[in-house]
Amino acid sequence: MNKIFEVPLYAYQRSPDQDTASSVRHKVIVIGAGPVGLAAAIDLAQKGVPVVVLDDNDKVSFGSRAICFSQRSLEIADRLGAGGKLVDKGVLWDAGKVFFDNRQVYEFHLQPDAGYAHPAFINLQQYYFEKALVERVRELQADGAPIEIRGQNKVEAVGTHNDHVKLEVETPEGPYNVEADWLIACDGANSPTRRMLGLDFEGRVFEDNFLIADVVMQADFPTERWFWFDPPFNRGQSALLHKQPDNVWRIDLQLGRDIDPEQEKQPENVIPRLKAMLGEEINFELEWVSIYTFQCRRMERFRHGRVLFAGDSAHQVSPFGARGANSGLQDTDNLCWKLKMVIDGEAPELLLESYNRERVEAADENIRMSTLSTEFITPKSDMSRLLRDAVLDLSEHYAFARPLVNSGRLSTPCAYSGSSLSSADALTGPEITRPGSACPDAPLGEEFLLPKLAGKFTLLTIDADAPDSLEEGGVTATRLALSVKDDLTLELKRRYLGDAPGAVYLIRPDQHVAARRDTFEENAFRQAIRRATGKE
Amino acid sequence: MTDLILSPNLENADGFYADLVAAHDGLVKADSDALNARLVLVLANHIGNANVLSSALIAATLKDT
Repeated sequence: MNKIFEVPLYAYQRSPDQDTASSVRHKVIVIGAGPVGLAAAIDLAQKGVPVVVLDDNDKVSFGSRAICFSQRSLEIADRLGAGGKLVDKGVLWDAGKVFFDNRQVYEFHLQPDAGYAHPAFINLQQYYFEKALVERVRELQADGAPIEIRGQNKVEAVGTHNDHVKLEVETPEGPYNVEADWLIACDGANSPTRRMLGLDFEGRVFEDNFLIADVVMQADFPTERWFWFDPPFNRGQSALLHKQPDNVWRIDLQLGRDIDPEQEKQPENVIPRLKAMLGEEINFELEWVSIYTFQCRRMERFRHGRVLFAGDSAHQVSPFGARGANSGLQDTDNLCWKLKMVIDGEAPELLLESYNRERVEAADENIRMSTLSTEFITPKSDMSRLLRDAVLDLSEHYAFARPLVNSGRLSTPCAYSGSSLSSADALTGPEITRPGSACPDAPLGEEFLLPKLAGKFTLLTIDADAPDSLEEGGVTATRLALSVKDDLTLELKRRYLGDAPGAVYLIRPDQHVAARRDTFEENAFRQAIRRATGKE
Repeated sequence: MTDLILSPNLENADGFYADLVAAHDGLVKADSDALNARLVLVLANHIGNANVLSSALIAATLKDT
């Protein structure tokens, strides 16, 4: 059987655009059919915005690559119509072991956080994520949605203009030109779009290399996450073993800065290391080996006129904490509703500046968290190493030291703290739902809260009055009326009210809080809608 | 807000100091440094309060007048 990443999923087909005398203009073109580009295209198509995805390949990504998808990504995938499929296929794990030097220092069992539709994360190969999104694209096409993926369409030149972008695209049958009102560049860490526009990264830069391997185990092996600090088989560096679907295990060996990637990839160098990790007696088959080099950095701006950068093309972090694909999905989730409103003339182009600001804030947070993890895993000074080793030694004996052990802090959605779209907090309520925050899920009997907040402005009232809808400048917020009595577990109260007797929330289409108050005040919420749509 | 105590507060100042020195008896520098690092972490956890800990970090630099 062919592996799924060896089968063309969107094979080249000639497009009518290649046979027209003048370039065809599209509303939105997305470059890159990875997780981020596909998510952007599906989101736009579901909102009725015509979109074309160009990819220089015709298959899902090779090897596992991104493997840990966070709760927020699953919530976003729900809105894209693919969440259930991912959770069904993904691996859930709740146990892990931490090793230091030549010994195990502790093991842990995660307590699942109750009251969310989705787990904190699942392990799933990137190719399955992409495959689920491609299948979703096919479903949308069958329903007549304006979405198209063009395989083996490689963008060779980008020309930017005030109100559109021109592309020169190479195909197996020769080049053609095409135009778009808006271009979303999701073409990865080495983004050719970024290079062609003469843009580059700014800010903090550091580099590291990882040997990444997918192995198929021929015997039972526990579904646990194993993390090694400074192990004998990889001195001074780290190692990670993680379970994926299909009995595939993912191994990440940190290699440090100055290495020879070709040499490290040779099976005669890889296999002895893996045997040292897994035990001599374990039989395994090497499915995929790759060297992953990352640099921790971001573009200065994610928006350049009609070109919007999302995902790795805009920012990169170390793999510790699963902040790559997960943050890219939050990028497009932030972007697409804004772009739709701008295209429809419901909001000024200025609204897109908030995409830049909010996602730059998120990228900075991810870089900061990733830098802290990197410092713990590969301490830069003797004293930093002494303290790190002290934490690990203590963790073997005392529970208090274990929260200090940092092998990557799992991605959680950024609360846009200073966003111009947020109104001042007017509720003495919980910190986790202050304006700017992503709405946490909450159970509602057999159902959950987040699916009820899908893709539109919502006026969420909890034991408070408000009109059924509020229209301001062509934007309508629709009321969702709830009571703390709708959730006997009281998570809704804990997450949205705290000690307040009632509350009214204005929630954005990407499920971030725009404003909240103890009661409905018409003028305040009208102003909040204007702010949230870039009009104030 | 809890404040960092910088006035005498040890129940048995001489006794504690002697124990601290004695804990390092016979240790090579690296082991001694590691012991100190672990001790700082144990004490920091016991204190817990973020304000007290950040005040302590500043006090220890001797730059605070």
